[in-house]
Amino acid sequence: MKAHVKQTKRYTRSTGGNLFFFLLVTAMGLFTILPLIYCITTSFKPLEELMLFPPRLFTVRRPTLANYSALPSLLSSLSVPISRYVFNSVFVAAVTTLLHILVASMAAYVLAKTDLKGRRIIFWVVQFALLYNATTLAVPQYMVFTQTRMIDTYLVYILPYLPSTMGVFLMKQYMDDSVPAALLEAARIDGAGHFTIYLRIVMPLVKPAWLTLTLFAFRDMWSVQPTGTIFSEEMKTLPYVLSQVVSGGLARAGSAMAVTVLLMIPPVIVYLVSQSHVMETMGSAGIKD
Amino acid sequence: MTGTRTAGQAAHKRSRLKGIHSRIPLYLMLAPFLILFLLFTVLPILSSVVLSFFTYDMINLPSFAGLDNYLRMFLTDSVFLIAVRNTILFAFVTGPAGFILSFVLAWIINEFNPHIRNLLSFLFFAPSLAGNVYFIWQIMFSSDSYGYVNSLLLSMGLISSPILWLKDTAYAMGIVILVQLWMSMGVSFLANIAGLQNVNTEMYEAGVIDGITNRWQEVWYITLPSMKNILLFGSVMQIQSSFSVGAVAVALTGMPSTNYCTHTIVTHLSDVGTTRFEMGYAAAISVFLFLLMAVSRILIGKLLDMTGR
Repeated sequence: MKAHVKQTKRYTRSTGGNLFFFLLVTAMGLFTILPLIYCITTSFKPLEELMLFPPRLFTVRRPTLANYSALPSLLSSLSVPISRYVFNSVFVAAVTTLLHILVASMAAYVLAKTDLKGRRIIFWVVQFALLYNATTLAVPQYMVFTQTRMIDTYLVYILPYLPSTMGVFLMKQYMDDSVPAALLEAARIDGAGHFTIYLRIVMPLVKPAWLTLTLFAFRDMWSVQPTGTIFSEEMKTLPYVLSQVVSGGLARAGSAMAVTVLLMIPPVIVYLVSQSHVMETMGSAGIKD
Repeated sequence: MTGTRTAGQAAHKRSRLKGIHSRIPLYLMLAPFLILFLLFTVLPILSSVVLSFFTYDMINLPSFAGLDNYLRMFLTDSVFLIAVRNTILFAFVTGPAGFILSFVLAWIINEFNPHIRNLLSFLFFAPSLAGNVYFIWQIMFSSDSYGYVNSLLLSMGLISSPILWLKDTAYAMGIVILVQLWMSMGVSFLANIAGLQNVNTEMYEAGVIDGITNRWQEVWYITLPSMKNILLFGSVMQIQSSFSVGAVAVALTGMPSTNYCTHTIVTHLSDVGTTRFEMGYAAAISVFLFLLMAVSRILIGKLLDMTGR
């Protein structure tokens, strides 16, 4: 949507400043990426190199896939088959992401594009509630979970995430910026109902926003680790498996890193697919106080 | 006369009925969000407020306790005061540092061409994309001589015996702050990059004519004021994350940490609430946390109004 502006020479730039920035971004970049590179290289290290003293951070002398090929037998010692954890993770992430987009976009449509009474107050509350995330609400929510008997079911993963305010907020702001009112007015004159307008006109126009919600919801649910709300082994997800392998200590470090690398791949793919759309959506994310 | 009036009235009635009819789908579309939002956000907050005046163990009926829970927080629970001190320290260090860092990095990245910009955004966003990878730092700061930091310092001769990084009260807090900063390039960082690209470039050209000579003036007089809304969003995200530091601290330094050195309000909450089931007291702590965050949010809103002056 944005016109691509050609970068012109900026008279406000000095060489000293450029150099300073270059150094700063390099230092920060190394700080950010080195632990992840370490994680990847370690996953390819044979056991004798893991036990080497002094330890080597980033170099692998004889890379091996042993850590990966050892995973099936390592994971077969879990009390529940690994396929169950995979299913739980994929199921919870996929269902939550889909429902979250549906719930958030329908509400955002009403708040952004209709004249329903009370919509401004609702949005103000949503905007303020952005402050409070799952961690700060965990204990008060716990009582709701027990009262509604959601403990130890899939619902305890899925339902609390659906009204996550970030989704409605980003959707509403993006709809404000990118869905022209005249278009909806024309559709209404043609006799289209609200649901048709939402599904046929608004949703295709806000594709960047729902791709953004996909990224955030998928990332959050893929790494979700419930505390005190899931007890049964067969209800747990992959991050729990990872924490079990990690607790094996240094001898298992190679396998722990291998699991980490494998778990990192899906959210990275989602990010790479949605990157440009995410950037476009985030441009509308400002809060008008 | 009467005929036209009744016809007019009927038409009016019809359109009012039609108005109600056309609103039904709107209520239906809003309902799933509104019901779940009330159930999982509004109800927990409101019930915390009510419950904070009661003693409740989730088995017996709540009994009225007046201000006891609030008095206990500040007068008898010394661990809570440590948690408050640590939380405020986190909020004052990782909050502003994360906020400034995510703006400065976005600002620098914005100068590069689109391909490098995309690559760098991915790079900086990677830690918060990768999920629960902060345990990598546990291995880095492992307390034996195999720990990378220890072995590096040992081989350089800077220390003579391994340091218990994550158990030593002198270092544990600093390390949790470091890891928190490592993961802080999240949603607000992406918003900053996008926001910077949306600043009208003509404003910069106009600024040069108006006598702006360097980028520091440019960022203060043009960039920051025109990104105020995005910055407010970013600060809300920072408040949210820096007041909810807990999981990282527990994962790295254990629960409870040595002398509660990285104990935060959130970890104290989960101890009181989901381990000891003192729900009335947990509710009072939650209310305190909610208020602390709301006050920070309002103060930052006022602070951001000052940019560009």
